[in-house]
Amino acid sequence: MEEKFDAIIVGGGLAGLAAAYTLADAGLEEVLLLERGDYSGAKNVTGGRLYLNPVREMFPDLWKKAPLERYIAHEQVAVMAADRSVTVDYSGSELAGEPYNSYSIMRAKFDRWFAKQAERKGVQMVVKSLVDDVVMEDGKVIGVMAGGEALYADVVIACDGVLSLTAEKAGLRGPGRPADYAVGYKEIIELPRETIEARFNLEGDEGLARLFMGEVTQGKFGGGFLYTNKESISLGIVVGIKDLMEGQVAAPDLLDNLKQRPEIARLIKDGNTAEYSGHAVPEGGIKAMGKLFGHGILVTGDAAGMSMNIGLTVRGMEYALASGYYAAQAVIQAREKGDFTAAGLSVYKKLLDDSFVMQDFNNFKDAPQALDHPRFFNRYPEMAGDIMRDLYEIPAGPKQRIYPTIKSYLSIGELWAMVGDMRRMMKI
Amino acid sequence: MSEVLGLKEKLGRNVFKHIEHPHIVIKEGKANDPRLRAAVYVCPAGLYSVNEAGEVELTIDGCLECGTCRLACGPELLEWNYPVGGTGVQFRFG
Repeated sequence: MEEKFDAIIVGGGLAGLAAAYTLADAGLEEVLLLERGDYSGAKNVTGGRLYLNPVREMFPDLWKKAPLERYIAHEQVAVMAADRSVTVDYSGSELAGEPYNSYSIMRAKFDRWFAKQAERKGVQMVVKSLVDDVVMEDGKVIGVMAGGEALYADVVIACDGVLSLTAEKAGLRGPGRPADYAVGYKEIIELPRETIEARFNLEGDEGLARLFMGEVTQGKFGGGFLYTNKESISLGIVVGIKDLMEGQVAAPDLLDNLKQRPEIARLIKDGNTAEYSGHAVPEGGIKAMGKLFGHGILVTGDAAGMSMNIGLTVRGMEYALASGYYAAQAVIQAREKGDFTAAGLSVYKKLLDDSFVMQDFNNFKDAPQALDHPRFFNRYPEMAGDIMRDLYEIPAGPKQRIYPTIKSYLSIGELWAMVGDMRRMMKI
Repeated sequence: MSEVLGLKEKLGRNVFKHIEHPHIVIKEGKANDPRLRAAVYVCPAGLYSVNEAGEVELTIDGCLECGTCRLACGPELLEWNYPVGGTGVQFRFG
């Protein structure tokens, strides 16, 4: 008889580590995690920030020593037009007190550390191990193939990220539509700690998050982002794949253009680019999700499409952590009943439905369609720039009255369009 | 040194472990497929290009394994796998 594991977890990202950590913590001894990188995090990328509130209590012992970067005490959004920008800054004691809402984070560091904590709990971690296929028997997943070897388990948890070839091979999802995904890519730009704090007006471990919208994606669905880490800046772009496919501009150029904007160039001046990374991101919401479970298998995190863009907050890592945690709870319950069929594992869906995870995805089910609207990415940023110019500009001659000037570009047609856009926004 | 680096230089900052066999291959007879042109625009590493014959070519060195080309072009045009465990990009920051 082959060795049989209690659970095989495919992928050592946040979902996989959360599942493994929780299972081992509950006393399961034969938990195998397969990670294809040299270490957990070697293949993982984030823009940069983790919201802690939704997941804090799921891993109460984890956060105190976790290698997080800076707590975000300054939330900014910069609306960029061709040669001007308007930046809104939200900060103050509300954001600067514990427990902090969110932290900047780098995945190669965090995941690697989290993997150590999971190993300490008793998880059997195998790195440099790519899962090539699932092993099926009578329509049930009974294991995986890795490096030409079949490994068996009561249950397989697919935590292999946005493409999830594991879930696809198990027949739980298709390859995905471009309209339901974005691609994010960024540079890690190293700067001395004092320089970062001086340039961004930060004290101690305070951090800043700035999102960019408008000209930065040339009207395409998406935006730019900047997060301050302890000794580096994460600067990048997230843009819808469907829009990028239309051509006009290649993905790498959008980031290079952003870096050359005078507003940005001065912030990263003399910085050293230490890494260039990228990753696809699910953004299709609940309508684009695949099946969450099948016979002998659960699907979590990005693999299940659990990432969400609702404009100023873009989140995925909390859903990955939480879905890994609930997958582990589901496995524990299925074990008690000795039932790892889809019926036995369906409790996973119920646990998610009762949690913030599916409640968020249900609440924001219309957000992806509502936000996918070119006017938000070209018309409004230009208008914001126009209004600012009309408010601030003092010409050589007499200054025009402000109200009639602004009114002149708010034609009846424009106002109608704005009403329509308002109705879109009301769906979010 | 925050100026634009150029992709080659940028990718040169990453840790890559040699990939023995390309994990992504344009399927036979598909290099001319107009749908493959999308890959040229979407790849953040700029690994796809159009040659003089109008065919799309792929250089695998520098692949970030982001999955974008598979989402854009689909498994119909691309034979798409992850590289063998312990090879390919190894992010130090992520």
